[in-house]
Amino acid sequence: MKGYLLLETGEWFEGKWFGAEVESIGEVVFQTGMTGYQEVLTDPSYAGQIVNFTYPLIGNYGINGVDDQSIRPHVLGVIVAELCSEPSHSQYRLTFEQVLEKYQIPGLAGIDTRELTKIIRKHGTVKGVISKTLDHPIRSMDSSSKPSLVNPMNRENVIADMTLVETVSTANPIYYPGDGPHVVVMDYGYKYSIIDALRSLGCAVTVVPFDFTAEQVFKLNPDGILFSNGPGDPKDLIHLSHQVKMMASAYPSLGICLGHQVLGLAFGADTEKLLFGHRGVNHPVLNIETNQVWITSQNHGYIVKEESLKGTDFQVTHINVNDRSVEGMKHLYLPIQSVQFHPEAHPGPVEAFEIFVDFVEQCGMSRNSRTSCSSKGVKQYAQTS
Amino acid sequence: MHKHRKQFHKVLVIGSGPIVIGQAAEFDYAGTQACMTLKEEGIEIVLVNNNPATIMTDEEIVDHVYFEPLEVDSITKIIEKERPDGLLATLGGQTGLNLALDLDKAGVLEKYQVTLLGTPISSIQQGEDRELFKKLMMEIGEPVPDSITTGDGSEAIAFAQTIGFPVIVRPAFTLGGSGGGKAESVEELMEIVQRGVKESPIGQVLIDKSLLGWKEIEYEVMRDHEGNSIIVCNMENIDPMGVHTGDSIVVAPSQTLNDREYQMLRTVSLKVIRALNIVGGCNIQFALHPDGEEYSIIEVNPRVSRSSALASKATGYPIARIATKLALGYSLYEIQNPIIPHTFASFEPTLDYIVVKFPRWPFDKFPYINRTLGTQMKATGEVMTMDRTFEGAFLKAIRALEIGKAGLIDEATHFIPMKELEEMIQQADDRRIFFIAEAFRRGASVQQIHRLSKIHPFFLTKLQAMVQLELTLLDKSLWSSVKENIEQLRYVKQKGVSDQIIAKSLGISTYELWQIYQEHQILPSYKSVDTCAGEFEAKTPYFYSTRLGTDDEAALVGKKIAVIGSGPIRIGQGIEFDYCSVHSAITLEKEGVQSIVINNNPETVSTDYQMSSRLYMEPLTLEDVLPILVKEQVDGVIYQVGGQTSLKLAKQLADYVPLLGTSIKTIDKMEDREQFNHFLSEAGIIPIKGEIIWSMEQVEHAVEKIGYPFLIRPSYVIGGQWMRIIQNQQQLTIYLQQLQLSLTNRSFYPLLIDQYIGGKEVEVDAISDGIDWIIPAIVEHVEQAGVHSGDSTAVLPPFSLTEQEKLGVIKTAEKVLAHGNFVGLVNIQMIIEQNQIYVLEVNPRASRTVPVISKVTGIPMIAIATKVQLGQSLATMNYPLGYIGENPFYTVKAPVFSSQKLPGMVKELGPEMTSTGEMMALGFTLDEALAKVSPSRDKKKLTIQEETQTNTAYLTPRTLREYRAALQRGEGQYEYRN
Repeated sequence: MKGYLLLETGEWFEGKWFGAEVESIGEVVFQTGMTGYQEVLTDPSYAGQIVNFTYPLIGNYGINGVDDQSIRPHVLGVIVAELCSEPSHSQYRLTFEQVLEKYQIPGLAGIDTRELTKIIRKHGTVKGVISKTLDHPIRSMDSSSKPSLVNPMNRENVIADMTLVETVSTANPIYYPGDGPHVVVMDYGYKYSIIDALRSLGCAVTVVPFDFTAEQVFKLNPDGILFSNGPGDPKDLIHLSHQVKMMASAYPSLGICLGHQVLGLAFGADTEKLLFGHRGVNHPVLNIETNQVWITSQNHGYIVKEESLKGTDFQVTHINVNDRSVEGMKHLYLPIQSVQFHPEAHPGPVEAFEIFVDFVEQCGMSRNSRTSCSSKGVKQYAQTS
Repeated sequence: MHKHRKQFHKVLVIGSGPIVIGQAAEFDYAGTQACMTLKEEGIEIVLVNNNPATIMTDEEIVDHVYFEPLEVDSITKIIEKERPDGLLATLGGQTGLNLALDLDKAGVLEKYQVTLLGTPISSIQQGEDRELFKKLMMEIGEPVPDSITTGDGSEAIAFAQTIGFPVIVRPAFTLGGSGGGKAESVEELMEIVQRGVKESPIGQVLIDKSLLGWKEIEYEVMRDHEGNSIIVCNMENIDPMGVHTGDSIVVAPSQTLNDREYQMLRTVSLKVIRALNIVGGCNIQFALHPDGEEYSIIEVNPRVSRSSALASKATGYPIARIATKLALGYSLYEIQNPIIPHTFASFEPTLDYIVVKFPRWPFDKFPYINRTLGTQMKATGEVMTMDRTFEGAFLKAIRALEIGKAGLIDEATHFIPMKELEEMIQQADDRRIFFIAEAFRRGASVQQIHRLSKIHPFFLTKLQAMVQLELTLLDKSLWSSVKENIEQLRYVKQKGVSDQIIAKSLGISTYELWQIYQEHQILPSYKSVDTCAGEFEAKTPYFYSTRLGTDDEAALVGKKIAVIGSGPIRIGQGIEFDYCSVHSAITLEKEGVQSIVINNNPETVSTDYQMSSRLYMEPLTLEDVLPILVKEQVDGVIYQVGGQTSLKLAKQLADYVPLLGTSIKTIDKMEDREQFNHFLSEAGIIPIKGEIIWSMEQVEHAVEKIGYPFLIRPSYVIGGQWMRIIQNQQQLTIYLQQLQLSLTNRSFYPLLIDQYIGGKEVEVDAISDGIDWIIPAIVEHVEQAGVHSGDSTAVLPPFSLTEQEKLGVIKTAEKVLAHGNFVGLVNIQMIIEQNQIYVLEVNPRASRTVPVISKVTGIPMIAIATKVQLGQSLATMNYPLGYIGENPFYTVKAPVFSSQKLPGMVKELGPEMTSTGEMMALGFTLDEALAKVSPSRDKKKLTIQEETQTNTAYLTPRTLREYRAALQRGEGQYEYRN
């Protein structure tokens, strides 16, 4: 069956339909990894997005039972050049297409994904629809007056950005036992690999809904708090800033991706949208203290503005080697570190794992200090600042 | 940021020397990039490399070039004279690396205070010495195959018996696994160990557990002195463990690894490069268990290698260039990414296409030698092709090989009994892919072939579908009418099927097919290689074709000329033509014309996108080249510089696009025996008696007329392939049988039979503009006529010709030039016998000797020829016309053989070329020059002391006699050793 990808910018592509026979509309983003399509599919940060894979052969090793990053795929649609229908791998359980069918996600194959990438690169944010016909309202809009298009598009979008985190966050706390420090993960759309990383270091983990208050979290008696990755604009969560600041001021904290941006906003910094996001597994990040470069896994459309950190108690620790954007920051006095990239990898390089090691070490120290003396002082700082 | 960086003023670069199997053009590419980078840094460069057919030895590239033997003695003398403060040895292959180790051991580096740039000596030793490496890996907890290093046979047997046969044997410190092999039994083990110990410069072999059937995966890693590391790319061998990686069909990136496996090996690669403390590039080979996450580290190359050239071309990331910067003390994040402005070298390339590398073996020339592939590399060259589908890239590779195949199905395999076919699939030789295709044609299942070949089902599934499609096409009833099947045609082209097969299927000519394509716009689009999958705006002038989607860039604006390259390196068509292609492209640029280079050899300088306005990595066939020329609307095509490959292609292109230089009509005149003899007679030259044979009956007739001995060969051949001197009836019968065998069902007619004249062989290369000409030198061969010119030791100026003879040679050459209407390069081969000068061949194209002559005479032959082909006249250039006279010193160009790598290869010199490379030496006397290339490397034996002192040595007949005699005995071949 033929299908079309229609873009708000006026361009359109014809391809071969696969997956569920439902139409889908969302922001079209490109992902440049050469492996890891299963992880991308199931990463909640991709909620609300149609993912265009730049690597032209997708599905070669099928879908296995170990690499999912959440309970189900969150992408709204998938665009590929060629879909492998006969995968082979010892761990393979389902084909890529079977998973899409199961979760009612449409896909298009036979698309010039490089050309599509170049269009996204040129325009930045591009909304699109996977449609059965060429006759769709998105095309009737005049591409030369693009700014005025953004609003009607948003109205049409069934899942408004405001609700993205809500759609992927857990409704109830989930507890994973462990002998080490107890880490509470604020679930903005966390990946399983974050839990795996913490547990591999011995942590007990409680995943809590994104809107848990500081009070609710403190009751869980954590040794540290991890503000997770997730989809959408961090400003959608700005109403939680006060709670976030209280939590981060009270316990060693680690922010990842959206969690990093949320922390920035909570402490008075600002965020902005990149022209087109960083989505891939090859992004170089320089630690400006040590001059070490990590190649990192990234998936974000927003960043913390560097100049907005002036006047806050945060300083930049990591920058992107290419566009010099903020990739990591730490609090001058409190044990808070946050990173824009994904130290948990999956997909992508695992070399930034050290971030977890440092964080868990901090959690361990906090645990010991609290068992020996009161943590009142820290909490007081949180309330006064 | 760089305050700790040591400033170097003068750096010695060691090249890799002559081309041999296992060490080829990739080191000219690496070396050229290194030297260009050093130059950018304002560093004075001293280069030692005795391979003349290289770009790196050009005086425009380096400041001081020495064509001296790559030995400690000569390099010490050069160090003494030049006093460099740095040494760059990790870009000259195993040769460069071993020499650095030797120079260090001899205390030379310390004595003259030469700092080794990049990876320290201790790391090189740890990477190269199997025992040290094993120890290091155990220290960091990484698995290596169970192994021992020994020089002792009984120890080897004891070990093999404990871990069980088969075992893999590799000599320590050798090129391309030379002298290694797989041993199934005690007897085999003994034999290989003996050979290996002899091969190894330290007299030891490594014996390890056979990991036959495991996936073979390679990672290319870069690391700076601060410890920052990146992966340039990974590659997966389609042939699993057991076949040398140089003999494997390779894809990049890996196709069957999930992210977990990919990252696992990536992490280990970084761990290993850190443990080895490498500064620069490094290649790591893994064996990965097909079912799981178990792996073993097979090998580490602490230097730039063949794989890194491939990785550079596959990704666009210039490894050698960056490695040089790292060696100078830069950090990865300080080095600008040359492809994408505002980005840096510390990122990992990501591909949005698939790359296939296919080796080119010499078995088509030597069908009688053992074709089995194993741990010892046998390929002389390789092709690399790209597409956004596996099918497209793979079938392009088959076409690029120039082995007479357009697809997978080969009628010649139809009659092989199934059992035999299965055995051959299991065993692996150069034809395995075609045997697999044949098995699929007969209905074999993927599982069946997987059991035999251990090739991953992903690849087999693809191949099976490709065979199926070809079969469908061979069933001509598929097409009711072309017009109704345009969509079908589009689909078939998307699957990479050759026009040869489609035209056959449709029952039309490829010309008619081309018209259908044009009418219906069934044309490829061209995507660029940008290292970032389109994420950033990059302007890399490096393209490949694909059948889905749109062009990345519009056609170039302004005058543009295409240069057709020479494809994979094979015996008879080597790196010299790449040298010529590069110079042609550079000259075009200098003349303000945009150059479009088309080639598919990943090892070479011509496929460095910095060398031309645009580079297209495509097979050199009509169907692949024509769409490029049409897209770019080229003003002309230069076909003279890419050897026989471009010449053959030019004849097909002539109907479609303007060719520059000598006309096709003239080429035909030179190649067609009858026309050629007619041409010679017209020019006043006595032709050699010869006949063209179209049938068996004519053979007898011709033999009667010409008489024994005679020279026989099929028409239009490369490197004297199948050319033999026939002494008697028996030899003739055997020859014809063998020829038929090698060509299976194809006809070998027409055959050429020529009278054999055993005189002195002389060559002249000239540039002509149709009116005037320049003859920079006369080259005399040491061997008698009958030995292929590529296998001859060539000397200039001539050493044994009288003034009269020289005059005769020039006069004859001028007769040819005056009557030939040549525009560009001409190579004329002559024989002098009893004061009579015969013209053997006239090749209206660049020849093997062009780089040597250009280098020693200072006449840039390719540059002049290119200008002539652009329409300039020789008279307006500032070069002397006519014969320019002799050099006051001797230049010797000697062949280098790789016969050790090809067991069973005949060592005798004859009309069929067998050498893989060449080296050059200079001397004030002939002896001095000859000694530098002499087989025995024992200078005393060749130099007659007294005569040298009286300065008459260049005429010492004894030296030459001894040398010639040694060659005739078959001992004279200079075998490359490390």
